[in-house]
Amino acid sequence: MKRLDNEVRVLLLDGLGGPMTRRGFLKRAGAAGLLVGASGFLAACGGSESSSTTAAGGGGEISEELFFYNWSDYIDEETLPNFETEYGTKVVYDNYSSNDDLLAKLQSGASGYDIIVPTDYMITTMLGLDLIQEIDLDNIPNVANLYPRFREAPFDPGNKYSIPWQWGTTGIGYNSVKVPDFRPSWDMLWDEKYSGKITMMSEIRDVFAVALFRLGYDPNTRDAAQIEEAKQMLIEQKPLLKHYSSSTYIDELASEDSYLSHGWSGDVFQAQLDNEDVMYAVPEEGSLTWVDSMCIPKGAPHKYTAEVFMDYVCRPEVAAAISNYVFYASPNEAAEEFILPEILEDPQIYPAQETMDKLSFLEELGTDTELYNQAYQELRAS
Amino acid sequence: MSKTPANRGAEGGTSSAIFEKHGDPLSRAMARLRGHSFAVANLLMAPTMLWLVLFLMLPLGVILVYSFGSRGTYGDVILGFSFDNYLRAFNPTWLPVILRSFGFAALATVFTLVLGYPLAYFIAVYGGRRKNMYLIMVMLPFWTSYLIRTYSWIVILRSQGVINTVLQSMHIIDNPLDLLNTPFSVVLGLTYGFLPFMTLPLYSSLEKLDKSLIEASWDLGANRVWTLLRVTIPLSMPGVIAGTLLTFIPAVGDFVTPDLLGGPNTMMIGNLIQQQFLSARDWAYGSALSFSLMAILLLGIFFYVRKAGTENLA
Repeated sequence: MKRLDNEVRVLLLDGLGGPMTRRGFLKRAGAAGLLVGASGFLAACGGSESSSTTAAGGGGEISEELFFYNWSDYIDEETLPNFETEYGTKVVYDNYSSNDDLLAKLQSGASGYDIIVPTDYMITTMLGLDLIQEIDLDNIPNVANLYPRFREAPFDPGNKYSIPWQWGTTGIGYNSVKVPDFRPSWDMLWDEKYSGKITMMSEIRDVFAVALFRLGYDPNTRDAAQIEEAKQMLIEQKPLLKHYSSSTYIDELASEDSYLSHGWSGDVFQAQLDNEDVMYAVPEEGSLTWVDSMCIPKGAPHKYTAEVFMDYVCRPEVAAAISNYVFYASPNEAAEEFILPEILEDPQIYPAQETMDKLSFLEELGTDTELYNQAYQELRAS
Repeated sequence: MSKTPANRGAEGGTSSAIFEKHGDPLSRAMARLRGHSFAVANLLMAPTMLWLVLFLMLPLGVILVYSFGSRGTYGDVILGFSFDNYLRAFNPTWLPVILRSFGFAALATVFTLVLGYPLAYFIAVYGGRRKNMYLIMVMLPFWTSYLIRTYSWIVILRSQGVINTVLQSMHIIDNPLDLLNTPFSVVLGLTYGFLPFMTLPLYSSLEKLDKSLIEASWDLGANRVWTLLRVTIPLSMPGVIAGTLLTFIPAVGDFVTPDLLGGPNTMMIGNLIQQQFLSARDWAYGSALSFSLMAILLLGIFFYVRKAGTENLA
């Protein structure tokens, strides 16, 4: 089957005239529907016999399959089918719902995935644990489309290991009818009037960042006294909470089981779709920003195809299509012209510059992470 | 059941004949040492033993080794030999969590027993031709993911959920009751989730119960209540013990139910351990916590079974 595949390739190459790289060929082939059909069919016939991809030196072959492990509800409906048609490969798409799940899966041995989408600080962790590998940027010319701040992000300057997927902020989702006196301040999550209607996320560092911002401290502090102070502040808040959860607050905001939720921007927008009273704000004390980025795990079976996919995602139209569907901001500057104006002009998604200045990334703190872990356990056990 | 000894005898005979024929001195010695049927029993046990060693003893061994290690810079496990994790595990901070876990599990066990006993009794005594159908109905929930079943409780209990909507529309209450994210919802979830674990062993012991003993009790002048208290319940104790153990032990370590149905003050030991393996990424500490919990449970079970009478478990 593979031999036949190669013969057809040679035939097609002749037909298109002139030698070219495999990727170039496929791109051109993508334009001609008939050829795509043929290559897609052949890929399907290839079955389990995966082509040996040697990504060394920038070249390589498109594999028959690509294993993509992404967050749930994080892609539009066209991006994968279009990629499959254009490149004649089959994308096997699996989902996870937290960085911790993703890390546990990678740590437990070869996962077999070609692309994973960890969050900024987790990239540092995975690098430290030697779980991801360097990307060949020669295969990703479209990386030039990204905003400069995502080309020089603190956790991966120069995109050596990661290509950003989508970014957003952490803030407060609130019900504008039930909370008429809302101000963009973390103080709202300590307002006794809304006791029992407030939820916090369950990510350790995210929870502490709220209290640290409220206290005016750095969310990446390594100072035990500041962390202790934050813990006391969170213990004070505990009687007012409905619960700590990062998975159910979308529904709760939508169903008015909670009025004030500490959460991720895009999640709150999902609640907005079901309940138009739900709004989102980034508190003025400052907040976290995050970016989920595509990485290639060590031992990924199809590195070259993964890089081709990353390049594909960096195309302005593709990046825009994802943002237009999932309501997170795109790291792709060139995509701006294809992004729906209501998204691009929405300060909840693309914050104003003065808000941007107050956003920080979470940093991996190595052994000092223990300080947060211990404090969080004490908070939850109390 | 009555055929088993005969079968065992027959098999024992065959195998010993084989051993004699081959004249393997070791096998002969073993056979003489343990009795013929023992060799067959060992052979029959081999797959189970292999399974237990590969999938229970080995992982437990790994956890034991990890529990003496420490957390690396990025959350990896650094092997070593220190009791630090155990010292941290027996920390007064966790006392409320431990007490809560045992309290919730005990309540859930009592509730499953109170709900499960009449159910099992009904199926065993009055089930008749429909017995199998009733049993399938008890087991039916197992065919759906536990996660989905727990999520459906969220839909039932939340402030705009089934219960509150009905009560409000009937004007029984004005404001929705806080049912979800409370100790109540966690115990409810545990009770619901473990009910079949209680009902099935109760059923099997009530099913085997010799009905003539109940008739004898009536003949001798005991009324129905007295018969239940002095004959039926004591004779079904093996089922009660098995059911309570099958409910209590997993309930103590459960983390899904408090995670989904719980509130800010319902953290259980299972959540604490889960957090070490996921968000805190301190596998060494999580392993030590797991082993400590296991030790406490084993000790508890030991005394429980001893007090309840080991022979009853047969």
